[in-house]
Amino acid sequence: MSVPAAEVQRETVIEPASRIAPRDVADVWEYRELLWFLIWRDVKVRYKQTVIGAAWALIQPVATTVVFSMSFGRIGNMPSEGLPYPLFALAGLVPWSYFSAAVGAGSSALIANQQLINKVYFPRVIIPLASVLTPLVDFAIGLVLLVVAFLWFGIVPSLHMIWIAVFMVLAIATAAAVSLWVSALSVRYRDIRYVLPFVTQFWLFASPVAYPSSVIAPRWREWFALNPLAGVIEGFRSAIVGAPAVTPMLWLSSITVALLFVSGLAYFFRVQGTLADRL
Amino acid sequence: MDDVAISARAIGKRYRIARAGGANGTEMLRDAIANTARLPFRIARQVLSRSNGVTPMLPSHDEFWALRNVTFDVKHGERVGIIGRNGAGKSTLLKILSRITAPTVGRALVRGRLASLLEVGTGFHQELSGRENIFLNGAILGMKRREIEARFDEIVSFAEVDRFLDMPVKFYSSGMYVRLAFAVAAHLDPDILVIDEVLAVGDAAFQKKCLGKMNSVSRSDGRTLLFVTHNLSLLEAICDRAYLLSEGRVVTSGRTSDVVRAYLASTSAAGHNARIRSDALHWRGLLNACELNDLRSDNDITMEFELETGERDLAGLDIDVAVHNSKDEIVVHAMSRVVGPPLSLPRRRRAIVSYTIKSPKLMPGEYYVSFYVADYERPLLWVENVPAFTVTAASYFGVLEVISGIKGPIVPEFAMSVTQAAGVAS
Repeated sequence: MSVPAAEVQRETVIEPASRIAPRDVADVWEYRELLWFLIWRDVKVRYKQTVIGAAWALIQPVATTVVFSMSFGRIGNMPSEGLPYPLFALAGLVPWSYFSAAVGAGSSALIANQQLINKVYFPRVIIPLASVLTPLVDFAIGLVLLVVAFLWFGIVPSLHMIWIAVFMVLAIATAAAVSLWVSALSVRYRDIRYVLPFVTQFWLFASPVAYPSSVIAPRWREWFALNPLAGVIEGFRSAIVGAPAVTPMLWLSSITVALLFVSGLAYFFRVQGTLADRL
Repeated sequence: MDDVAISARAIGKRYRIARAGGANGTEMLRDAIANTARLPFRIARQVLSRSNGVTPMLPSHDEFWALRNVTFDVKHGERVGIIGRNGAGKSTLLKILSRITAPTVGRALVRGRLASLLEVGTGFHQELSGRENIFLNGAILGMKRREIEARFDEIVSFAEVDRFLDMPVKFYSSGMYVRLAFAVAAHLDPDILVIDEVLAVGDAAFQKKCLGKMNSVSRSDGRTLLFVTHNLSLLEAICDRAYLLSEGRVVTSGRTSDVVRAYLASTSAAGHNARIRSDALHWRGLLNACELNDLRSDNDITMEFELETGERDLAGLDIDVAVHNSKDEIVVHAMSRVVGPPLSLPRRRRAIVSYTIKSPKLMPGEYYVSFYVADYERPLLWVENVPAFTVTAASYFGVLEVISGIKGPIVPEFAMSVTQAAGVAS
């Protein structure tokens, strides 16, 4: 019997699920195109299904900006770091909208794709990762809106805006870390999905979206900075008008995210072998 | 050994059956929190009860082993079939080899690229066009974009959907849908192809085309094929060797024809339950089971049951046959007294009771019969759960096609019309 070419020598070992192995990581690389196809599917389907399509990406931050401007801006007289309050709020809401959409989709991604998981193999981690990356399309639209709004108010965004990329990497990592934990846990504990919307809402008000972090009393600042989004949103907002301050707060945020991400990944890989049994 | 494609050693798979609430071992976070909170009390109680000499209650899950100690080797270029009754562990085995789920114990080594096709059209999205779905489905099955592009034209012409390529697949007929889905999978280029029962779909001509494709792939390039089906004649046509699984274990292996024979023997001998026995009438089995494993849903189904009478003549006999589907729902109930007067049988004689059910239009699946005989309304014989026949394709308006999404036990022909009344509804 002839043995086909050298490629055949690829060996796969099938063993009881245990912990993360180097081949799992190699597998994710092997399937990188699937990551792209899943993002492409979700974007395509979304813009095919809704009549308003792209507009939907704008309605949410704009509507929330209006509400925040009325309540925090007008009534609460919230300081806004020299920006008109609506601009201040919008500049916080654009990255926040990305984050909340990414966490929402990423956390429910395994359950939403159970059909796939039950019928075909691929590294499961691709599913929450794709769901976390998909809302970047809406984010890009939101960013254009933000620039237009700044120009409308007569403020020309600075070239420091390219720093936004750095802050978004941190936002993506945060969303991915939360999604890895929650999606894997929610397969086991089905009621987590009822808890998450509440946590997200709380998180919004624990982040400097509607208010600047300067209103936080100095002795609480370190605790406040444990929230990775605090650094992301502050940095994002400051980068539009000038050089962003790379504060110790940001380093602390990054460390928090890194820990959360690595532990989330480890947990996810530990349970991925038996995900199909529980879905 | 260099030519081994799959080598499985002592594979076992245990499932936990949740005691309460969620299925498949899902739990509620609130229960987990509550249990953790109660833990100190429970431990305290256990310590106390132990000192009192009472055995503590340990938490226990109900467990069930879907596979036990499964060991086998498949060489490169072999075409191997796996058969067994529902619940024998075939699908679990394929899921483990395809890495969809991990085994509980044991180890398997797979040499070469393995692609599995456990369902036709996994990951197809209704809203996307045929063209888009080819790329998506290909990527899900593990193809690279380059590979999909290279085979795109071949896939389209194999599926015969050229004219509808840019139409969302939700507008496809079920036949087109299946053809496209199979075409993508058929053009995967794996060293090892694992297929579960997917050929039960599609019309006869397309099935033939798929088989041709599978055969040519396997024969000409020395590819390995692992195949699960209830269609025994198909299995014999394709596979060189087969394994028979029963209750999670490999019970027989060898040449396909021998294994098929062993399977048929096991289904007609064991498996059924005799609920009522008597010396007056003995059950000898369903004679023609081997002819009934590849039926269309519009075929007439003739079952021949063999009986043997005891030491007395029997008269006033009623014979009932009930056909159950694999969910244990009765789908057909045939009673002899509906079609004729009570029957008589002389003593010490073998008799064949032949029941024909005309075109019952059953959904594809496995079917079991219960067989009941009474004389003057006194029960003489009642056997249950006799594996009887398999319907492998449905006929729909005279066209053999898959009917995905249709629910219910039967596939009737039906007609509909809409009449519009005059005037405007208020």
